[in-house]
Amino acid sequence: MHFTKDHEWVELNGDIATVGISAYAAEQLGDVVFVELPAVGKTLAAGESLAVVESVKAASDVYSPIAGTVTEVNTVTVEEPDQINARPETTGWLAKLKVADPAAVEALMDRDAYEAFLGKL
Amino acid sequence: MAQDVSPLKSTPLTAAHRALGAAMGPFAGYDMPIHYADGVLKEALWTRQSCGLFDVSHMGTALVMVGKASGDDQADHRAVSAMIEPLICGDIAALKPGKLRYSLLLNDGGGIDDDLIVGRVPNSPGVLYVVVNAGNKDADFARIGEAVAAKGGQIQPFQDWALLALQGPKAVQVLSGIVPGVEHLGFMETGRFTTDEGILIISRCGYTGEDGFEILAWPTLAKPLWDRLLANDLVKPIGLGARDALRLEAGLPLHGHDIDGDISPVEADLAFALSPRRRKAGDFPGAAVILNQLDQGPPRIRVGLRVDGAPAREGAVILGPDGSNIGVVSSGAYSPTLRRPIAMGLVPPHFAEPETQLGVIVRERVQTALVTTLPFVPHTYVRKPIA
Repeated sequence: MHFTKDHEWVELNGDIATVGISAYAAEQLGDVVFVELPAVGKTLAAGESLAVVESVKAASDVYSPIAGTVTEVNTVTVEEPDQINARPETTGWLAKLKVADPAAVEALMDRDAYEAFLGKL
Repeated sequence: MAQDVSPLKSTPLTAAHRALGAAMGPFAGYDMPIHYADGVLKEALWTRQSCGLFDVSHMGTALVMVGKASGDDQADHRAVSAMIEPLICGDIAALKPGKLRYSLLLNDGGGIDDDLIVGRVPNSPGVLYVVVNAGNKDADFARIGEAVAAKGGQIQPFQDWALLALQGPKAVQVLSGIVPGVEHLGFMETGRFTTDEGILIISRCGYTGEDGFEILAWPTLAKPLWDRLLANDLVKPIGLGARDALRLEAGLPLHGHDIDGDISPVEADLAFALSPRRRKAGDFPGAAVILNQLDQGPPRIRVGLRVDGAPAREGAVILGPDGSNIGVVSSGAYSPTLRRPIAMGLVPPHFAEPETQLGVIVRERVQTALVTTLPFVPHTYVRKPIA
């Protein structure tokens, strides 16, 4: 699993990347009450807004860690937004993308680097 | 260039909140707990199912009193009432000892400068208990102070005292275990009670729509009382995030948002606060405007909205059935109890019928907003029959 400085995670399986928000991000947001997921087929550049996760406090954009095309979205999070708080890095995933360049994932922080990054916040 | 930023104020319980791991945030110049480990949703639900304990010491509490007690209790009460009545729209003279009244501080334009509680302290001739919002307390106490001083009275703010709110169906069971006798207070009644910790002023009222109490305590009594209440498994600490969700569910306005100096009691759907004697006399600030609105109808009125989709927060545009811009959301959030977004806003009266289908704009999208009677969640106040 790799992480961005904006607290998204991405897990690559072949050329399909699963994306979500980190446990740290979910904790910071508080209770999630509403999720807006992209349309399947949408093509995104790295850093483009992929989804919106809204907590009791405020709405937050989730940025795509890598360029790709949406192949699947996790509708469970629409019905049960609290899954994002309960299991943000597993069943609380947001979308899967077919990535243009799988190597771009390797360029992101691995878990150790992300934990070190969090330690400095 | 460095900015001079005043440090946030603490309450007698700030250290306690931090020790509990609360997520802290600034509110009205105070460092306050926004939520604890459970989070806003669970805290709100716990309050409605059991009871929640809130630190609301940031609010403005004070006594207003005559300069010198005359020996005639009723005369003293009439005198102190006459000092505060010119600023508000309530009948304070008719208050019986131990009774509280919700009222409104008005301006000459008929707008609401603050909402407040005024109470007649039992066994204290010529003494009123006043509770105002945290954000307005300096201005309110200055204005009240000036008015009462002109008539020989004085205002004594409870500087640094603690105000705790215990709210929920189990509140009376919990509190009467520590302070026997509170169970005899009815809704909107107040009394002085003595406990192991000391003297407390306890009022049966709150800001959640639930039965509950607000407890005014001398600073050194605050932490022991807080700990004693939290020792009961029925009680959990609740932050300001849940407090805001609860009061919105209860249809209660928040000054600076749903009510302000440009909104009249009629527009705010708070005409009940205009006591009949005051209404007849027209002897309150902005009477001409307000009485005209009572007669002709106000140009706009506060409504509740059940929103479909994402929460519509303060500032979201409200659309009429024809898609035109007809108002603005004044408060909006996700309702923990109803599990959907709710909101309040001001709209022209002909759109204010319950079940009218309006729209709200959220992130450039139109979402349905259905006009709903307030409160969203029924109140469960415990009113005692008139003795």
